[in-house]
Amino acid sequence: MTLLTLDLFLVGCGVVLAAVGALIAWDATHPQRWGSAVFWLLLAVAVGLGKWLPPIAVGYAVLGLTSLVATKRVGAPQFARGDSAELTKRAEVLGNRLLWPVLWVPVVAIVGGAGLDWVKFGDVSLVNPKQVAQIALGLGCIIGLATALRTTGERPLAAAREGGRLLQLLSWSLILPAMLAALGGIMAKAGVGGVIAGLVATALPVQFPLVAVVAYGGGMVLFTVLLGNAFAAFPVMTLGVGLPFIVQAHGGDPAVMGALGMLSGYCGTLVTPMAANFNIVPARLLELKDHYAVIKAQAPFAGAIWLFNIGVMYGCVY
Amino acid sequence: MITLLGMLVVVVGFALRANPLLVVVAGGLTTGVAAGFSFNEVVAMIGQFFTDNRALMLPIILMVPIVGVLERHGLQERVAMLIQRATAATAGRVLWGYQLLRGFTSMFGLSIGNHAAMVRPLIAPMAEGAALVRPGTPSRQSRDEIRAHAAAAENVGNFFSDDIFVAIGALLLIKAFFDNAGVAVALSDLKLWSLPTALWVVLVGWWRYRRLDARLKKAAAAAKERAP
Repeated sequence: MTLLTLDLFLVGCGVVLAAVGALIAWDATHPQRWGSAVFWLLLAVAVGLGKWLPPIAVGYAVLGLTSLVATKRVGAPQFARGDSAELTKRAEVLGNRLLWPVLWVPVVAIVGGAGLDWVKFGDVSLVNPKQVAQIALGLGCIIGLATALRTTGERPLAAAREGGRLLQLLSWSLILPAMLAALGGIMAKAGVGGVIAGLVATALPVQFPLVAVVAYGGGMVLFTVLLGNAFAAFPVMTLGVGLPFIVQAHGGDPAVMGALGMLSGYCGTLVTPMAANFNIVPARLLELKDHYAVIKAQAPFAGAIWLFNIGVMYGCVY
Repeated sequence: MITLLGMLVVVVGFALRANPLLVVVAGGLTTGVAAGFSFNEVVAMIGQFFTDNRALMLPIILMVPIVGVLERHGLQERVAMLIQRATAATAGRVLWGYQLLRGFTSMFGLSIGNHAAMVRPLIAPMAEGAALVRPGTPSRQSRDEIRAHAAAAENVGNFFSDDIFVAIGALLLIKAFFDNAGVAVALSDLKLWSLPTALWVVLVGWWRYRRLDARLKKAAAAAKERAP
């Protein structure tokens, strides 16, 4: 038995989302009041109570969220940035005390992640070891929020209001990562990976060692771009191209191939909108005009790193 | 081949710049139905995968109230003030420093931050603050460029130095995959062969952030000329 579970923290997330939805419903000046309120309240139920609802109900809730977004019924008001001089004055009053709540979060997450799974009261353990990293992060956020409210003298309602301001900037991109995981899972069930690996193997002259390396490294990128996740691409490409052509046909070293293959996949992660939590969510969170601005900044990184990976792999794998 | 229909939907959807959420959900429904599942079966699958992966949202949902409250009291301004005292700081040097720190800690399997917890509240304001010290206020375009590179510093630092000393993630996954496939691979070899790329990424970062600084300097000079 465990005292703190991840589900408990997800119920907490549901409460935050419900408060955001309620504040929008309350706000008569919100430009898309009812569509937005329904969106956040529905998401609150799906996130907070998802575990106890039948999957098909959650599935239809997700379709509901998607249609609200697709018909442009979800939006955010123009938030006033606040007077810059006024904010600077407030920043001078509180000084470095403003930084502590933000820094508490990683400190608690790291220390807690290393130690919380050792805490036991008889048969009752504090956390499930498999969830310890996420739970420690959740605890860090709660401690950070408590410190932030104490430092600024704000009430919890302000946390919902200001959190809601940032969540409404994120809007649909918040649920995109979970939906991409769903897409990847459905594609795996449908056997998409095997089909593509077969296509690569028949289309390219992989009997040449260099072609095998480029096909494997390039396939990792292509697949990661399409699936949004190098971990999903890795088994497909390694079973379909890497093991048969690099290891078995040409006697390559699987450790070199595996390590650099995965690192080549990460180059794909840098350039795909499918890796939403890395590329699209931050563009929204940082209020960039262009959704693809982060990807554009990362493309030269991806190119330079991929070429290096392929060079090292070809030089050392055989 | 019909199993690839969903992937086609995804590619075409992104190419047409449709809303990404709509594209992904449509791609999932198409893939499932094309593979012979009933519509309700696919919806239930979507629900199950959503529930299994909803913890992905936890770090953002719990972090934004903290950042939001502090921003109302001048967090970004405070961070910018601090960095402006360091006269040697430029946007590029700040970002290179963060990428190094992020990469170094993730070698030990530690994650010191993400976009919501570090980049928006601390790293992006630091880099913007450093750019402000240079003559000429950054324009909206320069500001967006700095922020995009701040997100890039987080991602690049995070991805390419995984687990080199303490394996907790990707390398264990690679090892587990090879074990299942019946191929003998030592974890120490996987760590060793991850190292060259981790070092190369430091150099690539140095090059990219230097270029960023050069572009910012040029943009500031041009802005100064227009408004004497």
